[in-house]
Amino acid sequence: MRQTVTLTLDSKVQSDSKRLLHSLIMLSLLLVASVGLSLCLGSFPTSFTQVLHALAAPQSSDITFIIWELRLPRILLAILVGAALAIAGAILQSIVRNPLASPDVIGITSGAALAAVLFLALLSTTLSIHWLPVAAMLGALVSALLVVSLAWKGGISPSRMVLVGIGLAAAMGAGTTLLIVISDDSAAMTAYVWLTGSLYAAQWDDVRGLLPWLVIAVPISLAFARHADAMALGDAVAEGLGVAILRSRLVLLACSVALAGAAVAFAGGLSFVGLIAPHLAARLVGRNMARLVPASALVGALIVLYADLLGRVAFLPKDLPAGIFVAGIGAPFFVYLLHRSRARF
Amino acid sequence: MLNSAAAKSIGLLLGALVALGAFFASVMLGTTEIALSSLFGSFAHYDPTNIAHIILLTERLPRAVIAALVGASLAIAGALMQTMTRNPLASPGILGINAGAMFFVVVAVSLLPLHTPAHYVWAALLGALVAAVLVVVLSRGRHGELSPLRVVLAGVAVTAMFVSFSQGLLVVDQQSFESVLYWLAGSVSGRDLSLVAPLLPLFGGALLLSALLVRHANALLLGDDMVTGLGMQATTIKLLLGLIVIVLAGSSVALAGMIGFVGLIVPHMARGLFGIDHRWLLPACALLGACLLLLADLASRFLMPPQEIPVGVMTALIGTPFFIYLARRKMAGQ
Repeated sequence: MRQTVTLTLDSKVQSDSKRLLHSLIMLSLLLVASVGLSLCLGSFPTSFTQVLHALAAPQSSDITFIIWELRLPRILLAILVGAALAIAGAILQSIVRNPLASPDVIGITSGAALAAVLFLALLSTTLSIHWLPVAAMLGALVSALLVVSLAWKGGISPSRMVLVGIGLAAAMGAGTTLLIVISDDSAAMTAYVWLTGSLYAAQWDDVRGLLPWLVIAVPISLAFARHADAMALGDAVAEGLGVAILRSRLVLLACSVALAGAAVAFAGGLSFVGLIAPHLAARLVGRNMARLVPASALVGALIVLYADLLGRVAFLPKDLPAGIFVAGIGAPFFVYLLHRSRARF
Repeated sequence: MLNSAAAKSIGLLLGALVALGAFFASVMLGTTEIALSSLFGSFAHYDPTNIAHIILLTERLPRAVIAALVGASLAIAGALMQTMTRNPLASPGILGINAGAMFFVVVAVSLLPLHTPAHYVWAALLGALVAAVLVVVLSRGRHGELSPLRVVLAGVAVTAMFVSFSQGLLVVDQQSFESVLYWLAGSVSGRDLSLVAPLLPLFGGALLLSALLVRHANALLLGDDMVTGLGMQATTIKLLLGLIVIVLAGSSVALAGMIGFVGLIVPHMARGLFGIDHRWLLPACALLGACLLLLADLASRFLMPPQEIPVGVMTALIGTPFFIYLARRKMAGQ
C-alpha cells in the first residue's frame, strides 16, 4: 500500500517537473521567436536576412544601426522590464496571500511615479535625466516603507497592508496629478507619457542599468521561495514549519520593491503586468514559487514585448506607449480575474 | 455625539450656519479682492463692464454653488453606500463609480461629437451605472456575500481600469489633454452656472427620494429582514438607494470631475456627531459635505498662489490619512 502511494507520488512529481520543463521551454522558444519578429518589424522595413546579417556581422550601415542601437536595446529592455514586473507581482501576491495584489495596487508603482514626476517637474533642469531612475527607485522604496510602517500593528496583516497600500496609492496619485497640473504643458505631457509606460528611445545604458537589479533580486527571491510557499498556507502553518515569518516577509517585500521600482524607473508606470503575468504563469506551472518565478518572468517579458511591438508598428507613424496596450488588455483581465476568484475569498 | 433631538437640531442649525459662512467666504475671497458693496451691487444692478461684478457672477458664484452641491451630493452618496454595503470604506470614489462616470465623460468629450454639458451629464450617469453594476457583480463572493476587502478591491480594479483607459485616450489624442486632465483631477472652477440648471431636477429628485427612504435605510442597517417588516423588499430598497447613489455621483462628476474622499470622510464625521439614524445623518452629511468641499476649494486658491490646486487633489490629500486610519481601525477584524 505504502509503496503504491510513494510510486504515484513519485510519478506525480515527475510529471509535474516534466510539465514545468515543457512550459518553460515552450515559453522560451516563443520569446526567442518574438524577439526575431520584433527585430524585423518597424517603421524602417527590414528583411529577415538583413537582420541576421546585421546581427552576425555588424557593419557601419543604416540597418546595423537600426538593429543594434534602436531595436535591440528596446527589445531587451522590454523583456527585462516585463520579467521584473512579473516577478515582483508573483512575490507580492504570495506574501499578501491575495491573488489581486500587485505593485501597482498597493502603491509601490505610484510612489515611484510620484518621485519621477517630481524629478521631471522640479529637478530636470539642474540634474541630468540619468538620475530619473534613482528618483523612481527612491520613491518606490519610500512608499514601500510607508505601507509597511502604516500597516504595522505588532506585525503585518496581509489585508491591512493591501488596504493601506490602496489609500497611499490614492494620495500619491493625487500628488502626481497636482504636479502635472502645475507644471507647464510640455513638461506635463512628457510626464504623462512617462506615467503611461513607454519604452520609446530605450538605450543600452537603460538595459545595463536594469539588469543588475534582476541579477540581485531574482536569486534572493528564489532562495526564499520555500518560505513564500509556506506562508501561502497561512502564518500559523508557516510558523509551524519553522519559517521566520516577519524576516522572510520583509526580505521578499524588499525584492519585490527593488524589481518593481527598477522596472518603473526605466520604463515608467506600466500597470497590470505584475498582476496578470503571475496568473497566466500559474495556469501553466502552478503556484509553487520556485516554478512561478521563471514562468512569470517569461510571460511578463512576452506581454511587454508584444505591447511595445504593437505600439511601435500598429499605428505608424505614431509610436504609442506600450502602457496603453498593456492596460487595454490587463484591465479587463483584472476584472475577469476578480470575477473568477470568487471561490477563494 | 449629540444625543437629544434638541441638541441635534441645534447641531444641524450650526452646520447650516457654517456652510453659509463657507459659501460667503468662497464668494468673497480669492486672488482678486472684492468689496462687500460690489457683492450687493452685482445682484441689485449688474454692470457688465464692472470687473468685480463679472468675477462675482461668472466665476465665484458658480464655483461656490457647484462646490456646495457636489460636496453635499457626494457625502450623501457615500453615506448611502456605506449603509448598503455595511462597509466603512465604501464611497463613490473608492468603489469606482466616479471613475466610471469620468471615463464616459472623457469619451463623450474627446471621441464623440457631444460637447454640450447636457449631453455629457447623460454620459456621466451611464458611466456611473456601468461602474456600479460592475462593482456589484465583482464584489459578490460565490454565495452572494460581500467581503469588505473584496468590495474595496473590486472598486480599485474598476477605478484602475477606467483611469488607465482615460490615460490611454489622453496620450493618443493629445489635443484633449487640458479637458481630460480637468476631469481626472477634479475641479469646481471655470464652470458656468448654466451647467447646473439642467442638473437641478436630478439632484432634487435624488434628494427627495432619499428623504422618502430614510426609514428603510435605517431598517437596512439592522438587516435585510427588517426592511421586509416595513412592507418593501430589501432588494427594491437597495436598487432605489443604488439609483440615488448613481444619480448623485454621476451628476457630481459631470459638474466637477473626479473628486474623491468626500463621500468617505463626511459620513464618518456626521455619524460621529449625529449618530446612525438616517433622518439626522443625511441632512448632516449634506451640510458637512458642502462645508468640506467649499473650504477645500477655498484653501486650494491660497496654498500655491497664483496657481490653483485642483480641489480633487486637495480632498485626496486630506482624505488619505483618514482612509488609512479607518483601514487600521475598523477593518482590523477582517
